[in-house]
Amino acid sequence: MREVAIIGIGQTKFGELWDLSFREIGIQAGLAAVYDANVASEDIEALYVGNMSAGRFIEQEHVAALIADYSGIARDNIPATRVEAAGASGAVAIRQGYFDVASGLHDIVVVGGAEKMTDVPDAQGAAIQDSAADQQWECTFGATFPALHAMIAQRYMHDYGVPREHIASVSVKNHKHGALNPKAQFQKEIKLETVLRSALVAEPLRMFDCAPLSDGGAAVVMCSMDKAWKYTDSPVKILASSQSSDTLALHHRSTITSFGATKAAMRKLTKRTGVDVSQINLAEVHDNYTISELLALEDIGFFPAGQAGKATVDGQTQIGGRVAVNTSGGLKARGDPIGATGVAQIVELVTQLRGEAGKRQVSNAKYGLAQSVGGTGSTVVMHLLGVA
Amino acid sequence: MTIARFWRENSPRYNLQASKCGNCGKISFPPRTVCPNCHRKSIGKMQEFQLSGKGEVFSFSIVHDAPAQFQKQKPYIVALIKMDEGIMITGQIIDCELDKVEIGMRVWASFRKLGEEGPGGVIHYGYKFHPEL
Repeated sequence: MREVAIIGIGQTKFGELWDLSFREIGIQAGLAAVYDANVASEDIEALYVGNMSAGRFIEQEHVAALIADYSGIARDNIPATRVEAAGASGAVAIRQGYFDVASGLHDIVVVGGAEKMTDVPDAQGAAIQDSAADQQWECTFGATFPALHAMIAQRYMHDYGVPREHIASVSVKNHKHGALNPKAQFQKEIKLETVLRSALVAEPLRMFDCAPLSDGGAAVVMCSMDKAWKYTDSPVKILASSQSSDTLALHHRSTITSFGATKAAMRKLTKRTGVDVSQINLAEVHDNYTISELLALEDIGFFPAGQAGKATVDGQTQIGGRVAVNTSGGLKARGDPIGATGVAQIVELVTQLRGEAGKRQVSNAKYGLAQSVGGTGSTVVMHLLGVA
Repeated sequence: MTIARFWRENSPRYNLQASKCGNCGKISFPPRTVCPNCHRKSIGKMQEFQLSGKGEVFSFSIVHDAPAQFQKQKPYIVALIKMDEGIMITGQIIDCELDKVEIGMRVWASFRKLGEEGPGGVIHYGYKFHPEL
C-alpha cells in the first residue's frame, strides 16, 4: 500500500441553491478542488462521485458519467463511478479513491460528492431520507428516519439519566461553529431555547435537533504521497481508512444507545495507525441528529458512555475544548447534502490541518478524524488524516 | 409499494410468523433463510415459528412530522417492541394516550389496517400494538 495525500479541496456553499442544478453543483466543487490542487485535467485518472439518491431527487441516475462529462474530463475516457451508502455515500467514495491511489492503480484521483435535495417538496425529501432505513420492516409501520433517531434518544435519556438539554446543546455548539464557516448553510448562532421550542418532529427530537435538507457539493484531489510535493507545499495524508456495517434495521441490534459499527471502525483505525484517541483533538462526526453526535463521541472513545452531553454543555467539544468537534458546523449547521457530506468532512479537516480555517482554526491539531454514518449506524466509515 | 411487494410478505406481517434456526434455536423476525449465528450450518434447517404477539416497549417516539400515508394519524406513537421471545419489532402503538406510553409498558399485537394504495386501491394490513388488556 502506498501513502496517499490530499492535494486539493473544493466545496460549494451548502444550502438551498435554487439557481444551481445538480450538474452545476458537482462541477463547481470539482473544479475548485482541481484548481486548488494545481493539476491539469489530463492528469486525472479516475473519478468517484458520492451520491445517495439522484434518481429520486432529480430523476437522474448515472450521475458519475454526467459529472465527468460536464466537468470536461469525459473526453479522456477515465473511469467515473458513483458510490452509494445512504448518508455515508461521500465517505465511501473517499475510500474508493484512497484504494485506487494506495494500490498503485492510479496516481491522481478526484473524489466528489453531491446532492440536490431542494428540487422536491420537503415531505418528499424526508421520504427519500427514510429510504436509508428498512422500508419494508421499519417505515411501512410508521417509523421515519427522525423517529428512529428519536427512539435512540429516548432510550439514551432513559438508560443514562441524561437531561434533554444536554442533547440539545449539540445543536447550539454546531451552530456556533457554523457561524464561523462562510460555506455553511446556517451561519447564525442559536440559543438553547431555540432548540427546545422548535417544532416537534419526532419526540423528543425537534426541528433544531435535525440536520436540514440541503443542496451542495464537495470534492478532493488525491495523489500518491511521493508525487504530492510536486503539486503542493501542504499535502495532508490519509493515514487510514476504515469501514464497518451493522444490521439495516435498528430493531435487530442488541443495543441502540451505541453504534457497534462506529466502535468497530475506530478499532480498525487505531490498529492500523497506532494513533490513540487521546492524541486526537479535531473531529468531524455525523450529527444528522443531535443524539447522533453524542453516540459518535462515545463510540469513538472521546468520552465514556452517557457523558458526551455533559461534555458538550461544558464546552469540551467546541473549538478550544478537549476535542473540537464539527468545526465546520457539522451536518446541522454546515448542511447535509447527503452525498456531499462525507466529502465535506474531509474538506474541513484538510482546511484545518493546513491551518487555513481562519476564525474557526483549531490550534495544535496533528490529526483529524472523520466519522460518517449511513442509515441508523448500518454503515460507518472513518478516516484519519494527518499533516504530512 | 406495489401489490406484489406487500403480498409476498403477508405471512409474517399478518400473523407475526418468524423463523427459528434448527441448529442454534435463534428466532428471527422477519423470517430469514440463513441464521446470522450459524451461517451455512443453518441452511435447510430454518423452521417456521409463531410469535406470541406479546412484549414490552423498549423505546418509542411520538411522530409529528408524518409521511403522506400517516397524515390522518399524526401525532402517533411508533415503538421498538421487545417481544417475549427476545427479538425486537418496530410498530405503532394504538389505543393509548400519547402521554401514557413509557419504556417497559406491556403491549399486545393486534391485526390492523396499515395503509392503502390510494382511493379504491388495495388495503394493506399488518400488526400494530396496544396496551396489555
